[in-house]
Amino acid sequence: MNAVGGNGGNLGRGNVPLGLRFLLIAIVSGSLMLLDHREEHLSRIRQAFSVIVYPIQAAVDLPFSGWRLASRALTDQSALLEENERLKSDRLRVDVRLQRLAALEAENDRLRAMLDSSARVNDRVLGVQILAVDLDPYRQRFTIDRGLNDGVYVGQALLDANGVVGQIVRVELFTSEAVLISDADHAIPVSVNRNGLRTIVVGTGDSTRLRLPYLTNSADIEKGDLLVSSGLGGVFPSGYPVGRVLEVLRRPGQAFAEVIAEPAAQLDRDREVLLVWTAEDEVEGRTSASVAEAP
Amino acid sequence: MRDSRRTRHLLVISLVSALALAIVPLPDAVAPYRPDWVALVLIFWGLMAPERIGLLTAFAMGLALDTLNGALLGQHALAMVTVVYLSVRFHLRIRVFPIWQLSVCVVFLLCLYEFILFWIDGVAGRTVPTIERWAPVVSGALVWPFILVYLASVRRDTQTRV
Repeated sequence: MNAVGGNGGNLGRGNVPLGLRFLLIAIVSGSLMLLDHREEHLSRIRQAFSVIVYPIQAAVDLPFSGWRLASRALTDQSALLEENERLKSDRLRVDVRLQRLAALEAENDRLRAMLDSSARVNDRVLGVQILAVDLDPYRQRFTIDRGLNDGVYVGQALLDANGVVGQIVRVELFTSEAVLISDADHAIPVSVNRNGLRTIVVGTGDSTRLRLPYLTNSADIEKGDLLVSSGLGGVFPSGYPVGRVLEVLRRPGQAFAEVIAEPAAQLDRDREVLLVWTAEDEVEGRTSASVAEAP
Repeated sequence: MRDSRRTRHLLVISLVSALALAIVPLPDAVAPYRPDWVALVLIFWGLMAPERIGLLTAFAMGLALDTLNGALLGQHALAMVTVVYLSVRFHLRIRVFPIWQLSVCVVFLLCLYEFILFWIDGVAGRTVPTIERWAPVVSGALVWPFILVYLASVRRDTQTRV
C-alpha cells in the first residue's frame, strides 16, 4: 500500500478541518432526522431523493419482473390450456355466487333505504405490483410500483384476493411505501363477523400472526371467528376480511384475554395487491382518471 | 491521469452496486443477515483512498440508503458519516495493520454503525428486535476480507504506482 501523498491530516477540500466538517454534517443529519420524525416537513425533499434513487430500485426489480415476463412467454400450451380450464371452472363458481350477491345487495340497499341510511357505494380498486426490493428487515414494509402520479395517497388501504393487506404510509412520485397489518406498529379496527363485537387487531412483526390485546376475559369470541374490517377510523373500507381467530387464552387472574389471529390475506406470498379508493374518497375527488371500476 | 479516472469509475461502480445489494430481495430467513454493503465499501475507500471520498460522499450515500430503506431521513447518513470519519481520520494507523487486526477495526466500526442505527430507532420510538440487530455485524465481518481482497486487487490493476 502506498502512503497518501501530500496533504496528510487535512485531506482536502478547502481549509475546513476534517473534524469540523464531520461535526457540521452530523448536525445537519441530526436536524434532518428531527424534521423527518415530525412528519410531513420533508416530504418534498424525500420525493426528490426518491426520484434520484428510483433507477436503482428499478434495476434491482428488473431481473425479477423480467423473469416473470419470460416465464409467461415460455409457458407451454398444455399448461396454459390446463390453467384456462381451471380458471373457467373457477369463474363459473364465482359467477354463481355473484348472482346471489347481486340480489342480496339490492335487498340490502332497499332495506337501507327504508332505514334512511346512506346506501353503500362500490369501492374502486386498482391492481398494483409489489416491487422486488427489500426494506428494513425489522419492519413489515414493502414498496409498490404506483405513486403520486396514479393518485395514491397516504392512508390508502391495500387488499388482496383474500383480505386486507395493509395501508400506504408514504407516497413518492413513482412508488409508494406500504405497511402490512402484521407490522408491530400497526393496528386496524375490526368487528367480529359473528356478533358484531368491535375491537382492534394489532400486528406482531410476524406475518402469520395478529394479536387482539383489548378483549376482556368475558368477551364473546371463539376460535374460528372471522374478523372483518369495521371501517371505524376511516382508513380501511368496512366489510373486508382481516383474519380468523386461531386461539383464545382466558387466564382467570387477568383482566384481558390473550387472543391470537391469523391474517386472511397471504401477507408473505403476495406479488400483486389491490389499491382501494373507498366511496368517501370519491366524494372528495381524490382519485385519478386511470382507476379501473371494480366489477 | 487515466489511472485515477479508472479508480474513480471503480469507486462509483462499487458504491452503486453496494446500494443495489442493500435492497436486493432475500428470503425472510436470511434477510436480517444482510451485510451493511454500503458501509463496508465506504470503509474500504475511507481506509485505502481517503483522498477520493469525502464526508459528503458518505452523507449522500447515507441519504440514498435512507430513501431506499424507508428509514428516518438522516439515520443511515449520520451512522455512515461517523464511520467514514473515523476510518479517514485513522487510515494511516489502521491500514498498516496485518489483515486480521484490520478486520478487528472494521468489526468495531460496523458495531458502531449498527449501534447508531439502533440508538436512533430507540429514540424515535420504533420497535426493533435487539438480538437480530447485530446479525449484520457478523455477516459484515465475514464478507469484509473478500471485499478487501477483491476491491484492492481490481484497484491494483488500474493503478500503476502501487
